[in-house]
Amino acid sequence: MTRLIGILVGLVFTFVVLLAFVFGAWTFATEEVSPTAEHEFHLAPRHASYQFDGALGTWDYQQLQRGYQVYKEVCSACHSLKLVGLRNLAELGYTEAEVKAEAASWVVPGIDPVTGEASTRPGTPTDYFPSPYPNDVAAAAANNNAVPPDLSLITKARHHGTEYVRSLLTGYRNPDTFSVDGKRLKEEFPDFETPAGLHFNPYFPNLNLAMAPPLTTPGQVTYADGTDPTIEQMATDVSAFLTWTAEPTLVRRKQTGWPVLGFLLFATVLAWYAKKQVWAPVKPKKRKGAVTATATPGDHEA
Amino acid sequence: MSFPWAKAYEPKAPLMRFLDERLPLPRFVYNAVGAGYPVPRNLSYFWNFGILAGFCLVLQIVTGVVLAMHYSANALVAFNSVEHIMRDVNWGWMLRYAHANGASFFFVVVYIHIFRGLFYSSYKAPREMIWLLGVVIFLLMMATAFMGYVLPWGQMSFWGAKVITGLFGAIPLVGEPLQIWLLGGYAPDNAALNRFYSLHFLLPFVIAGVVILHIWALHIPGSSNPTGVEVKSESDTVPFHPYYTAKDGFGLGVFLIIYTLFVFFLPNALGHPDNYIPANPLSTPAHIVPEWYFWPFYAILRAFTSDFLLPAKLWGVLAMFSAILCWFFLPWLDRSPVRSGHYRPLFRKFFLFGLIPCMAVLFWCGGAPAEEPYVMLSQIATAYYFLHFLVILPIVSLVERPEPLPYSITDAVLGTPADDGTVKGHMIQGENARPAV
Repeated sequence: MTRLIGILVGLVFTFVVLLAFVFGAWTFATEEVSPTAEHEFHLAPRHASYQFDGALGTWDYQQLQRGYQVYKEVCSACHSLKLVGLRNLAELGYTEAEVKAEAASWVVPGIDPVTGEASTRPGTPTDYFPSPYPNDVAAAAANNNAVPPDLSLITKARHHGTEYVRSLLTGYRNPDTFSVDGKRLKEEFPDFETPAGLHFNPYFPNLNLAMAPPLTTPGQVTYADGTDPTIEQMATDVSAFLTWTAEPTLVRRKQTGWPVLGFLLFATVLAWYAKKQVWAPVKPKKRKGAVTATATPGDHEA
Repeated sequence: MSFPWAKAYEPKAPLMRFLDERLPLPRFVYNAVGAGYPVPRNLSYFWNFGILAGFCLVLQIVTGVVLAMHYSANALVAFNSVEHIMRDVNWGWMLRYAHANGASFFFVVVYIHIFRGLFYSSYKAPREMIWLLGVVIFLLMMATAFMGYVLPWGQMSFWGAKVITGLFGAIPLVGEPLQIWLLGGYAPDNAALNRFYSLHFLLPFVIAGVVILHIWALHIPGSSNPTGVEVKSESDTVPFHPYYTAKDGFGLGVFLIIYTLFVFFLPNALGHPDNYIPANPLSTPAHIVPEWYFWPFYAILRAFTSDFLLPAKLWGVLAMFSAILCWFFLPWLDRSPVRSGHYRPLFRKFFLFGLIPCMAVLFWCGGAPAEEPYVMLSQIATAYYFLHFLVILPIVSLVERPEPLPYSITDAVLGTPADDGTVKGHMIQGENARPAV
């Protein structure tokens, strides 16, 4: 009876899903799906190498400091970094005095100690990075109705985030001349348009991005360590910095992994030999043609 | 119950004797996972996954309880409290990655455990209760994992909760009120987050309880084994300790090495980047996907796209739940007297070249966007899934002619029964073997 009901239920589900398959296949075969510009011309992030890549990666503190400078002088005009504390700058290799000075260079919301009214004051290491806008409504109003995302986790919140940020910052193109593999966007999709207030960028999923190109001229930032501030360099540095903000413990995590792995390998090798030794008396010894057991399991005492 | 030759617990130390007379807990452990539990001597490494699943449960409870000390289940601060764990709590990043990847590895282990049971028909008499309790554990795990994924309150948390609770809305008449009752509102918000947190904390202990019943039921008939032939004499078994404690120790080491590689070097490989974006009810992600371990069932849900008598969504929901619920009936659907797939040529073909590729396709399509050709592929795989469990298994068990079974486990291990005329006699004596006609 169970089997009969089972077979019936199974056949019903199979029939219904195969019916759906037939309809789906029919639609698939007869209706032409018109390709979209987003599908044809969206680019995967360009590959880039960083010192923190790989299982042995470490931070390049000079690069992180340069990236911090780019964030501070360019990105922070619109993007917040809410989850990062100013005290965390110490992890980039700044001394205590430098952290205090850096913190003081940020203006944070405060309270007037006399009147209790809202005011501002210089930051201290106990503050978090201040947001450029008091709230999302103000952020949207100032940015053509698109709220600039918080950057704290941006490299973890996108596929291949570090490379995505770098590609996006250097990826602005002219849509009229843009082509991929010899195919021109404007020839394939003559109707494609970048609306006013948006900017064409093939690394952005729908190709039109609200953010205006932030890195426009080489030398936009003057690096303290003398590195040549090309657009490529600034984009690489700030993407490295944002990898740190997304996971300050990244290098520590990898460095912790090695001893853990080493211990486990050692323990597992020991466990393998222990297992072999324990099982030796009851494993059949294979000789030519004949197989004999050396002991019955019950005889064995550990 | 145990076999007559099981070693008896004989405490020698005065303290152990004192304990044994008052609270015989050491005796209980000795008979459960000590030298007092005789186990078939021929278990393969596929039999390690039960212990590994138990280890994963303990791992999840231990890391989870510590994470709960730092997490805040309020929609306003939940996302930031997880980042507080990642950034400010001592070793918080490791705890969270261990817990998140621990969930994935728990499912890897349990899927292997389940499919081992399917291949060796571990659900057959006298082990039906073990199997039924196992399916209950799997359902509880799915509920627990789903609610756990909501807690970080990222985009996938929110939209996953919305889609999954929305499934209940497909039920006729009571669907919508039921969905509102489950969520405590019209959409996931603080009420839903709080109750999910409460249940996510509670359910692992319920799982632990059912696991105890699962192991209790296991100790009545004893462990199954790769030949599917029941234990006949003492030479068929070895005491659990030290034989299987040693073998499980090695298996645990290999498991931990792979797990560690993910926790420390690829901690986000099994997650979705969108869950690092705070939940936003006004912005729908391009592709809403659950965690990878739900993909086969998500693929089945989405495979039903035509409104045949019932709405497509309702078909999908019915099919998704039936896909797991049909496992409850396996002991009565598959009536072949032979357990092990090694001796069932037809069943083996359907299992290895039907069910396994079907599951692979369902896994793949469940994580893919709802576009062609993924939908068509998942439809074919879904059809096979139901055919396999509900139609093929019952019919195969009727028409298949199994291969000769070894007389006993000892014979299988030592290879004593030669391929001479005695084999037929062995088969008739073998309690599971049907006489060759």
